[in-house]
Amino acid sequence: MNGPVYIARHAMGKMVEAECLCANDGFSARYDLNRLEGKFSRPAHKLFGESYHGKILVLDTAKGGVASAWMLYEMKSRNLFPAAIVFNSVNPILAQGAAHAGITMLAGFDVNITEKISSGARLRLDPSGKTVQVLD
Amino acid sequence: MRLNEEEKAMLAGETGPVRQEALRHQVQVGEFFGAEDLVAVSQAHIMADTESLGEAGVEWLESLTKHPGKERVVRIPTITDPRGTDFNKARQLGQTEKMIELERRTVAAFIKLGVTMTDTCINYQTIMAPVFGEHVAFGDTGVVIYSNSICGARSNFEGGPSALAAGLTGRTPRYGYHLEQHRRPTRRFRINWRPQSLNEWGALGGFIGRSSGNYWSVPVLEGVEASPGSDALKHFGAAMASFGSTALFHVVGVTPEAIHARDLKLDALPVEDISRADVLALQGSYRVTDEVDVVVFSAPQLSLMEMRDVAALCDGRKFKIPLLAVTSPQVKPDSDRMGYTEIIEAAGGTVFAGMCFYQSYAREIAETNGWKRLATNSAKMVNILGGYGYTPILASMEECVAAAETGRLA
Repeated sequence: MNGPVYIARHAMGKMVEAECLCANDGFSARYDLNRLEGKFSRPAHKLFGESYHGKILVLDTAKGGVASAWMLYEMKSRNLFPAAIVFNSVNPILAQGAAHAGITMLAGFDVNITEKISSGARLRLDPSGKTVQVLD
Repeated sequence: MRLNEEEKAMLAGETGPVRQEALRHQVQVGEFFGAEDLVAVSQAHIMADTESLGEAGVEWLESLTKHPGKERVVRIPTITDPRGTDFNKARQLGQTEKMIELERRTVAAFIKLGVTMTDTCINYQTIMAPVFGEHVAFGDTGVVIYSNSICGARSNFEGGPSALAAGLTGRTPRYGYHLEQHRRPTRRFRINWRPQSLNEWGALGGFIGRSSGNYWSVPVLEGVEASPGSDALKHFGAAMASFGSTALFHVVGVTPEAIHARDLKLDALPVEDISRADVLALQGSYRVTDEVDVVVFSAPQLSLMEMRDVAALCDGRKFKIPLLAVTSPQVKPDSDRMGYTEIIEAAGGTVFAGMCFYQSYAREIAETNGWKRLATNSAKMVNILGGYGYTPILASMEECVAAAETGRLA
């Protein structure tokens, strides 16, 4: 059964359908991840210990430094990477990294997207229509 | 996006596939952010440590070097952020031959692309500081926030692929901090006290960054009665950028776009007071132990004045645990010439040049050397290293050097 649809202001990439990991927290590939294990590794992060591989990450905002621009490409080369990333607020680094790696990204909503979606939900992202749809 | 004839030619591949791909990347990012056109930039600064690049990133760089020289060489001065090692002391860090070889390949590729290997995150103190109103494409968040805020330059955070694209095309998408309307304050902070050390300036920056929330937030700080100087503002901005992804701040009476409070139209913004206790609480939140395995001064690389201060504190001491002082390749010869390096190393410390501690396979060298509890005066670094398995502790330069002698923070 299909659920609500949310419209983003920014979108790139291909259509993606996958289970999501959602938290009202920031995201930096360098600060927050153990990229070798494919898990969130910063103890203070709300997704600490969670595996991100193949998941759509739904998070509040892009944080931290410029390294993520390279790291998404590197993560994808080892086939240990998120299926897509959805932010309330994105910064240039994550957008540049997503463009370089070919990872779908949507950002900017009229609602707090992390409050509207729960971890475990299955989502369909359509960058051409700039939509996030909850499928179940 | 609106492109001029030269840009259209690049996008059509008339100047070769390297510039074509660079411009295609810029258009994709620009359209994502709603940029109307591209803006000419005068300098680019590329962050590209091999821990971030990995084998895949290095191979991608090497693939660009296969094209003819005139098609692949950057068009504007393009410099580099710190590398992931100091080749002269890589073994001392416990880095493997594989790591070092990846670094060598990266350096070789960048040289073939015409990039100038400055290997520094303090180019605004050592190479060529941008001037007011200059549009640039800088990587390293600390470089961007200092250049935007202190110099009045115009830059977004440019990750490695985008900074290289800017070097190749001489342009970047015109969005974010290239536009005047995004440079106005959105949050108003005030202090009625003055930070007394670099770590306190860093912690204040970290507090503001954490409070500000995201990249598009522009904090303004009131209550700073006189300029604290370049090194204090360096730590302040680097920590703010790290904790908050902040790219621009203003300090009333200090930074060039905030010389007069009346110009900023601040009345609509509520004042948020920051007490010294707030900032010390942030610093104290990292003080979970007094035991220390390693002391590190890095992030940003140390200026010559910081090297002087570290050396003065090291003079005559004998360290029980490693002390690492990391500076730029431009500062290191002066540090040698002034005798600072010799004093630090006579005490048992080590001076590294051209690298950054957290960009040097921090997780792996921690495991190799048995480092977990790390003391530093860099608020930026304590924010980063938690994710690498360290227990980072923020303390003053004086406390850190004393801890190197005893293995404990007093």
